[in-house]
Amino acid sequence: MSFASCDPRAAWLMRLGDTTLVLGHRMTEWLSRAPTLEEDIALANLGLDLIGQTRLFYTRACELEGGARDETDLAYRRAEPDYRNPLLVEQPNGNFADTMARHLIFAGFATPLYQRLAASCDAETAGIATRSARETTYHLRHAGEWMIRLGDGTDESHERAQAALDDLWPYVPELFEADDLDRAVAASGFGVDPSTLRDDFDAAVDDVLARARLAKPAEPRGQRGGKAGRHSEHLGHILAELQYLQRAYPDARW
Amino acid sequence: MYAQGLNSTDPAAVEAEDPDRLAAFQARIDAEEKIEPNDWMPAQYRRTLVRQISQHAHSEVIGMQPEGNWVTRAPTLARKAQLLAKIQDEAGHGLYLYSAAETLGVTREALYDQLLSGRAKYSSIFNYPTLNYADMGAIGWLVDGAAIMNQIPLCRCSYGPYARAMILVCKEESFHQRQGYAIMVAMCRGSAEQRAMAQDALNRFWQPSIMMFGPHDSNSTHSELSMKWKIKRFTNDGLRRKFIDATVPQAHSLGLTIPDPDLRFNEATGHWEHGAIDWDEFARVLGGDGPCNRQRLKHRRAAEAEGAWVREAAAAYAAKRRGANERAA
Repeated sequence: MSFASCDPRAAWLMRLGDTTLVLGHRMTEWLSRAPTLEEDIALANLGLDLIGQTRLFYTRACELEGGARDETDLAYRRAEPDYRNPLLVEQPNGNFADTMARHLIFAGFATPLYQRLAASCDAETAGIATRSARETTYHLRHAGEWMIRLGDGTDESHERAQAALDDLWPYVPELFEADDLDRAVAASGFGVDPSTLRDDFDAAVDDVLARARLAKPAEPRGQRGGKAGRHSEHLGHILAELQYLQRAYPDARW
Repeated sequence: MYAQGLNSTDPAAVEAEDPDRLAAFQARIDAEEKIEPNDWMPAQYRRTLVRQISQHAHSEVIGMQPEGNWVTRAPTLARKAQLLAKIQDEAGHGLYLYSAAETLGVTREALYDQLLSGRAKYSSIFNYPTLNYADMGAIGWLVDGAAIMNQIPLCRCSYGPYARAMILVCKEESFHQRQGYAIMVAMCRGSAEQRAMAQDALNRFWQPSIMMFGPHDSNSTHSELSMKWKIKRFTNDGLRRKFIDATVPQAHSLGLTIPDPDLRFNEATGHWEHGAIDWDEFARVLGGDGPCNRQRLKHRRAAEAEGAWVREAAAAYAAKRRGANERAA
């Protein structure tokens, strides 16, 4: 069994699934720790959407590569270098502002991505993207509303929200940098070239930041590598936890 | 999930009420009318309901922790999504129940303070640790199963908002119970290690689950008034027997052994009879000295403290918006 998929469509969908799985895992870490009971429910909802998207992306990827693997193989039986999510989503939850800033950036990127992917030449993928875009539109609204409340709330919340943006902005460029795989799936009409999404992202995020009275950080050179399998230290810990039961009891059927 | 009905109504307080109003109130209860928030009610009825509903709400909120302990380690994506949805349901139940309690004139914040200060009780079951993944099955099967036995009659509780809340809660709990049993089935059909996990989970959760129905009727001196007011409709022992009768055959069909050497079927009564329950342990756990009491409250307090700046920010923002709207008007 090869770790990377030779089918570019499958490899590209796995990237999307890795991204939503890792971020979904981060959301589950919040359970019972949110600032209000309402927000516990909301964060669980975001997590559920992301885990649901992961299953759909992985399952379609497995079908496209021939059906030798399933979602469990992809989620639970691959190591860090096989994961191809951007570095943003593996960053720790930090405080609530850190999580909301990370989610604003993610949803600001994923929403136009899914909206364009809804026109994929693969009807299955288009259907998954249509559904997922509806979900992340809501994520964008939820994270945006919180960033506005935090940015325009108290001095403390403003400071924390600004610090969160400043800390996470180095992970923004990687989201929009197209590599050979992105270009190949975009050229075939299957996928989307992420470099075409930046204007939509800026429009959505700029609107939120203006209403939040937060400053958009200067564009840094940025941290990158996740999409090529070179991760931050955090991913190993996520996978150690996520994959524990499958790794410890390989013969079990859950 | 469920809070023990601690049955602590105080008959003496009722004697102070206006006898005519009390009689009219009782007549409505006897006629199976629902009491609504703006209706007259005895102060003791209100206090009993606030305590019972808030204990139930606290139990839902604290109950997120033992299951949250496994959500990041759930063994498949489907199991992860199920667990996440279940814990989300519990938060929803908590919210719904706090709202029901608020119709009686208390605030959620005041009830939270009682929980965080340790004055309020919540179900003792959540003070036990979840040590292997089969516990996610056992909690659904046994704990939610016991909760349903308690809660189905509450759908007919005399207080309208609580009764209506319980209809929704019971539907979701029934689903959780079946889901929990399905996890147990998968574990028992799995590897030898999985079957051992399932038996271990049953061993640890059986006694605490049957304790969830509260003390024996002979030691439960205050339940009479709750029965008369139709807040409670069945006795602790009656509900416990119903639960055991339903659960023992399920354990047997899973191939698991109930950890009670004295458990036997009484042909004459048609019921299962259980051995002695360790009421000292029950009192200890309820009194704050269970395996996880301190951990659960510490976790809840930390979440409250760490979220304070967020709630302050939301309040400050809302006040600014209100100010802006008023200036515009």
